[in-house]
Amino acid sequence: MSFLSYLINGISLGSVYAIIALGYTMVYGIAKMLNFAHGDIIMVGGFAVFTIVSTMGGSSAVGILVAVVICTVLGVTIEKVAYRPLRGASPLAVLITAIGVSYLLQNIALLVFGSNARQFTSVVNVPALKLAGGELSISGVTIVTILSCIVIMIALTAFINKTRIGQAMLAVSEDRGAATLMGINVNGTIAVTFAIGSALAAVAGVLLCSAYPSLTPYTGSMPGIKAFVAAVFGGIGSIPGAMIGGILLGIIENLAKAYISSQLSDAIVFSVLIIVLLVRPTGILGKKMNEKV
Amino acid sequence: MAMLEVKNLSISFGGLKAVDDFNITVEKGQLYGLIGPNGAGKTTIFNLLTGVYKPDCGRITLDGTDITGHRTAAINQAGIARTFQNIRLFKDLSVLDNVKVGLHNHYRYSTLEGIFRLPSYYRTEKAMDEKAMELLKVFDLDGEFAFKASNLPYGKQRKLEIARALATEPKLLLLDEPAAGMNPNETEELMKTIRFVRDHFDMTVLLIEHDMKLVSGICERLTVLNFGHMLAEGPTSEVLNNPQVIAAYLGE
Amino acid sequence: MKAYKNKILVQNLITYGLVIICYIVIQALMAGGHINSLLKGILVPLCIYVILAVSLNLTVGILGELSLGHAGFMCVGAFSGAFFNHAMSETIASDQLRFVIALFIGAAVAALFGILIGIPVLRLKGDYLAIVTLAFGEIIKNVINVLYVGIDGNGFHISVKDVASLGLEADGEVIIKGAQGITGTPKTATFTIGIILVLITLFIVLNMINSRTGRAIMAIRDNRIAAESVGINITKYKLMAFSVSAALAGVAGVLYAHNLATLAATPKNFGYNMSITILVFVVLGGIGNIRGSIIAAVVLTLLPEMLRGLNDYRMLIYAIVLIVMMLMTSSPKAIEYRERILASFRKKETKREA
Repeated sequence: MSFLSYLINGISLGSVYAIIALGYTMVYGIAKMLNFAHGDIIMVGGFAVFTIVSTMGGSSAVGILVAVVICTVLGVTIEKVAYRPLRGASPLAVLITAIGVSYLLQNIALLVFGSNARQFTSVVNVPALKLAGGELSISGVTIVTILSCIVIMIALTAFINKTRIGQAMLAVSEDRGAATLMGINVNGTIAVTFAIGSALAAVAGVLLCSAYPSLTPYTGSMPGIKAFVAAVFGGIGSIPGAMIGGILLGIIENLAKAYISSQLSDAIVFSVLIIVLLVRPTGILGKKMNEKV
Repeated sequence: MAMLEVKNLSISFGGLKAVDDFNITVEKGQLYGLIGPNGAGKTTIFNLLTGVYKPDCGRITLDGTDITGHRTAAINQAGIARTFQNIRLFKDLSVLDNVKVGLHNHYRYSTLEGIFRLPSYYRTEKAMDEKAMELLKVFDLDGEFAFKASNLPYGKQRKLEIARALATEPKLLLLDEPAAGMNPNETEELMKTIRFVRDHFDMTVLLIEHDMKLVSGICERLTVLNFGHMLAEGPTSEVLNNPQVIAAYLGE
Repeated sequence: MKAYKNKILVQNLITYGLVIICYIVIQALMAGGHINSLLKGILVPLCIYVILAVSLNLTVGILGELSLGHAGFMCVGAFSGAFFNHAMSETIASDQLRFVIALFIGAAVAALFGILIGIPVLRLKGDYLAIVTLAFGEIIKNVINVLYVGIDGNGFHISVKDVASLGLEADGEVIIKGAQGITGTPKTATFTIGIILVLITLFIVLNMINSRTGRAIMAIRDNRIAAESVGINITKYKLMAFSVSAALAGVAGVLYAHNLATLAATPKNFGYNMSITILVFVVLGGIGNIRGSIIAAVVLTLLPEMLRGLNDYRMLIYAIVLIVMMLMTSSPKAIEYRERILASFRKKETKREA
């Protein structure tokens, strides 16, 4: 039974990674940049909910809504101010700028909220599910997290395949130059991508902090890196890849913690990533790249 | 003995036969042309000859040695050098250094000798400089030796690529559309240079070209490729008058 | 031809000169008592950062591959150097001699890791290589944090659990204590040694760049396919650049270990954030520009220290400076604007000359 509960917790943690990884992978696929600040948006989302619910006594629903709005606006603003001027610059320059944005967000949070960990009160009020005569208990947060992940995955796939903006996103990710020639508003499409990615990060922030209720300005960075790993793992740029990568990563991490060593769990996660990339250099669902000679 | 002998060479990409049962024999010292419409598989053949792609079947023999399936670097060391259709220079290196990279395997000193600036470093570097300048002079590039390669005008970039290829002291030189993007004067000059290279370096040359003036002007023998198949093969004048070839070119 | 060769020589001499002049000035200021203890404490770290930045530039600028795991090699060097120092503390009496040998050990072990990691991962490209190097850095840090190594009459004992499981005899000594790391390494590192190591690093990197090896590495960077077509062994030279870069990071690590009483692998000193900090030096200094790396490392290390008076705001300012500098140096619009202004200056000058 304990294996099952580790597995379910792993899927839950993996679902959070998957939601973050979706943001990473969409931005990478469409803007062709590694948005290192993505993890810190999660932290902003966490603090937004914390402020509304714990400090101001607002309801959970309002808190989540405000967090989503703040993160969306923040994501779009960052894209417009810091990344858009660098379109066409070297990828390294964009990467360093993203790192700068990450430092910026962390230090603003540090100034506003201080470095002490805040106790995050879970905004998920769903009773735990007891199975097998009470031997297997699945917490409410876990259930909500896994369900959210499934809903988001379905909604996002439908959005990309069924809407005009979604199709524009596909076009821009395929060939930005050609998309421009076809009359697609590339800047607008990229902004929408950042908006969606950041909104997802806010949701991920709420879920993450509900499951691990300690909030600091650095809360987002490690999950951010892990989600990035998950995105690469699944094949960066691929939406189902991010999903599979995230969930696998969560499972591996939790099982490694339970059965091998909690201190070595990160090392094990990263080792699996390396092995996967050595066998499949573009990740599980990544497209094969062929260089034209 | 033939310099290059290719037998039954084939490769397919995702079910499409890009090159199908290709055969060619290039004699030592020959100027040989490989022509055909766009997408006929000419560059693919160069990529097969230089080990960029591994053939599905067939045999490639260079000067009596089987080089089928060898790695690109090893094939160059065996004696095939090439230029590229879309110029591939070391763009941030100087013109001189581009050629010196070509000399890499013929003028040696170890990394440690280089770091500690032992006498062998100075001796070898001097010899390399002299050899590289000699090659650049052939292509009238010696005046621009200190330029960054990407700052050269287009025509000179093509020449530098040939100079770099020759620096590897090949037995066979593959030129992929050397006249692409050149004006008639430049093409005329290029023809002279290619002939000079053949005579001066005692070189065998296999070239891909669309410019019929260049092809008929310097090639002694031709192979025509169409949709991965060989359409015709023989002395230049004969091939160019072949009705099938004319049809393929005019699309009739 | 001679002028061309001299130009490279002069450029290199300027780089060496810059380091030596800085050293002399600081020594003079120190003799005059003009340097406070805060600044004194940062001199050796400055040397460490410069070595790290110059060595990373070899991978990022000269080889053209993005590595986010440089701190991992530093970590390996630091621990192997410090470990050697402790293990040999009775055999070799002189602290200085042990330190010098430790430098070689640290470099060798880091180079070995560079090769071991490089062989599988250098096949990957761009962002994939970046994430894998980041992963390796984290693995190294993680593993060292659970590593216990002790020594007694029977030789070395290794465990990944705790001190007790080492099974040491009564006279045994624990050298690496898991997350607590290595304590009590003699503080042998000085500013002078740091500067000497910076100069050696420069000597190795600059001479390597301007040699047959360096040309082959840069050829791979500029065009891998063309480099292969002229007979360059891609794997060999990629590994060469990667392992030399790792070895020098290892040297920086040994210097780091001998500048502190306690050496522990924390996210702060050996985590990916450190690798990123070093990458920032390299990018802001100019990719492939060795002198730029030195200047960027010094300026960006001093900047937060100078801003110490602003306390909580200093890292915020650092972040803003970083973003603004990237936008100003790299955005296509800013570059165009700069070119226009430069062009108008040039026009004025030619007019005046006429």
